[in-house]
Formats: sequence, structure tokens, C-alpha cells
Amino acid sequence: MKTLSTEILVIGGGAAGLSAAAEAAAAGAKVLVAESDLHLGGQLVKQTHKFFGSKDEYAGTRGFKIADILLSEIDSCKENVEIHTNTTITGFYSEDGTFTAMRGEEKYFHIKAKKTIVATGAQERLIPFPNNDLPGVYGAGAVQTLMNVYGVVPGKRVLMVGAGNIGLIVSYQLMQAGVEVAAVVEAAPRVGGYWVHAAKIRRMGVPILLRHSIRKAVGDQVITGAYITALNDRFEPEGEETYVDCDVICIAVGLSPTTEILSQAGCKMMYVPQLCGLVARRDRTMKTSNPDFFTAGDASGIEEASAAMVEGRIAGLSAAADLGYPTEHGKLDEYWGRLQALRSGEAGARICQGLECVLVNRWEDVSDD
Amino acid sequence: MLGRRKTGLDEKSNPGVDRGTMDLIEEHPILDFPRGEKVSFFFDGREMEGYEGEPIAVALHANGIRVYRETAEMHRPRGFFCAIGKCSSCFMVVDGIPNVRTCITPLKPGMKVETQHGKGCVPEAEE
Repeated sequence: MKTLSTEILVIGGGAAGLSAAAEAAAAGAKVLVAESDLHLGGQLVKQTHKFFGSKDEYAGTRGFKIADILLSEIDSCKENVEIHTNTTITGFYSEDGTFTAMRGEEKYFHIKAKKTIVATGAQERLIPFPNNDLPGVYGAGAVQTLMNVYGVVPGKRVLMVGAGNIGLIVSYQLMQAGVEVAAVVEAAPRVGGYWVHAAKIRRMGVPILLRHSIRKAVGDQVITGAYITALNDRFEPEGEETYVDCDVICIAVGLSPTTEILSQAGCKMMYVPQLCGLVARRDRTMKTSNPDFFTAGDASGIEEASAAMVEGRIAGLSAAADLGYPTEHGKLDEYWGRLQALRSGEAGARICQGLECVLVNRWEDVSDD
Repeated sequence: MLGRRKTGLDEKSNPGVDRGTMDLIEEHPILDFPRGEKVSFFFDGREMEGYEGEPIAVALHANGIRVYRETAEMHRPRGFFCAIGKCSSCFMVVDGIPNVRTCITPLKPGMKVETQHGKGCVPEAEE
């Protein structure tokens, strides 16, 4: 079986992975990016809104344009970067340090790398309700892929479940694409996402029903409607169920970090609610307890794309430095400064709480259990 | 409701849109959609049109197809779900190969895409 060798393997070509690849390649390291999707850019290419945050992370630029910026940065050091799209890393075998990879559905090969940056992103969460398995119940990311990447109408009338940033943004994007949004239901007593996103969809007449949730989906072969209900302060259904006519139920109830490869590499993992799941312990260089593995982006904790890009840069910089490539002095501190600025808000405070649990100062002080 | 079904998928499961039309976003305030060449492919023997290089699942969705497979035990319909090749909901039989992740497998002209019933059957290896 064919084996590809590289200095740095970056798993995932989204916001974090592309930033890591750009940074490491600029430092002189040979980088191989493996992306399971058909194209690079991850969630960035699905975002039509202008980003917040800071100018360093392209605030004021629309998400899909940021992907283009990162790709042109990589293009400027393309002699150091090898890109493999439609390529899934299926496992890591620590016995001999081999990754197994699959291109498409048929072609299998091995990859060996001196350092690996796991920027695998996240996967959609689902909540339980009867018929949640029927076609028409789609993850928010999937709806974005259909309409914003491929220009396909996801449905006629959508019920959005979740009023976090993703639920709000995707509701707005649906309306941009000419699709009706019946309502946004949110179990919590307040909107989880930014107020400005909520205001945009309220102005367009879409009700945001707080303390409401979906009770069941209706449909024989595919979704034809849903019942929603109010919740009391113990999140129990209260009062009558209301029928909502819809052919798509879009689930935007959060994401979980994708970390299987890190577990397989023996990295010390920790369940951190503030980071939305099981993540690898890491030091300030984004290095895990396995010194050849780094983590960045949503795989290291669910946060915004702006932070993912900075974490990617830190991981890329550190991996290159570990291989002996000269890196600019003080850059790590500069990147941490940017992260701190991005995390200065209310949502950031939660992230910082999570990081306090998971961040390691000295690996010698971490016990083995 | 939930439970074992007596009958599996039928004609009504996938009415589709009218032949020659697709559920596409024609005008978008911000995005352009660079599409590949228009090609024809087959879904359960029905000829359909899609754009070369787009995921098979996306082409089917544009043709109004929602049910992609039927589960082995409960015979429940499955369709598009995660769109990132992780959830196994959109597994179909493509050119005779079962369990193809159609959400990240590019469409090619003349492809034969079939609804997958149960676990599917791996074809005998060619000599």
C-alpha cells in the first residue's frame, strides 16, 4: 500500500486547519492537508455574514471571503503544501505511527508524519423527539451546505430548533435564499446568540419562541410538519401543542468536538462542558500530552471561527518550531494576545473557564491517570 | 409513528420534482453558485439531471428526492442529514457499490444511484 510522508499532517482543511497549514508552511515546513470534504474552507465557505471580532481575524469580511484569503495565503507558499481533498483520515495506529487514509470510497493509503495537527472541527448534536430520524430533519450545517455551497433549495418552510448563533444565522441565510422560516424555537429563556443576529430575523417577521421546544416531527416517509410546545422553568412541556407546517426541521442545538484521532493517539482527554465535550488537554502551544500531536479549532473546544484561526496559527507555528524551523520571536505571545481579545466578551468568559480546566502549564505536573 | 413498518419504501416516498426542473436558488443577494457541467444520471432507473462534481446527495435533493435508503431492521427511511460524511444517513448504492457516502461523493455523468435497502451487498471482486 502506498505511503505518503510529510513533516506536518494537518487533519481538516477548515478555518483552523488552513491557518495552521499557512503558518507552518510559511515557516518552511512541508505540510500535507487532508480534508474529507470535496473542497477546502470548512464552515467558512458556508457563511454569508460579515464576521465580528478583530481586524486581525478579518472582522467585517464575509466568511466565504475569509476562506479565499486563507487559500491565497497557502497558495503563496504552495511549494510546501500538499492538499488532499475528498480524503478521510480513518485511523491512527500508534504501534508504528501510521495514519490510514481513504480517498473517495475506494482508494486506501497510509500517511506518516513527524507532527500532526488535529483540526477536525465538530459534529452536529441532535435532540431526541419522535420521528427525528425522518428525512427533512437536517443539521444546520447540512442546510448551509445545500443552500450556500451548492445553491440548492433545502425546503419550502423551515422550523428552526435553537436560537444560538448558528440557529439565528442560518435562519437569516434561509431567508436570503428565499426560503420561509416558520419560527425559531429555543428551550432556554433567552436568545443564546448575538442580539444583532436575533434582531435581523425578528425584523423580517420570524417569531423567536423562547422556552419552547419541538415535541415531535410529523410525516410518513418525509417531514410534513411538527408539533411544538411551551416549556416550564424545569424544561418540561406545558400547555397545548401547536402544529407547525414545515418540510424541514433544522437542528441547531450545538456541536460536539471531533476528537477520535486524538484519543487514538493516546492524548489525555477531558470532558469540559464549557468547551462542549471531550477535548484534548493542551499547553499554550496547542500541543497535547502526545508531543507529536497538536489540536486547534472546534476540535479543541467549540468556539467561533475567529478563535479557531488563531489557534490554528499557534499550532502551525509550534509544530514548525518543534521541527527546528526558525519562527519569529514573540509570535506566540502575539497570538495569545489576539485570543484574549476575542475572548473578552460574555461568551469568551465561558471559554476561559473551560480553558482553565484543560490548559496545562507543565506536562511534568500532569498525573498519568 | 415509530415502529416496524409492514411495507418499506414505495413510489410515494420519492415523488421528485418535474422532469427537467431542479430546486435551485437562482438569485442570491450575496452568493454566486459556480456549477459544473449539467450531466444526466440515474436514480433507481429514472434519468435525472445534476451538475458534475457536486455531491450525489445534493443532486438528488435538487431533483426533489428525499429518501436515500431504508434501514435494515425497522425499515425506516433515511436521507440527507449531516452533509459532511460523518453520520451514514445518506448511504446509497452507487454503480453497484453499497454504503457510499453520497453527501461527499462527486456526481459523474451516467452514474447509477440506487436506494439502499438494509446493509447492501458488496459485489464480488473482479479478477
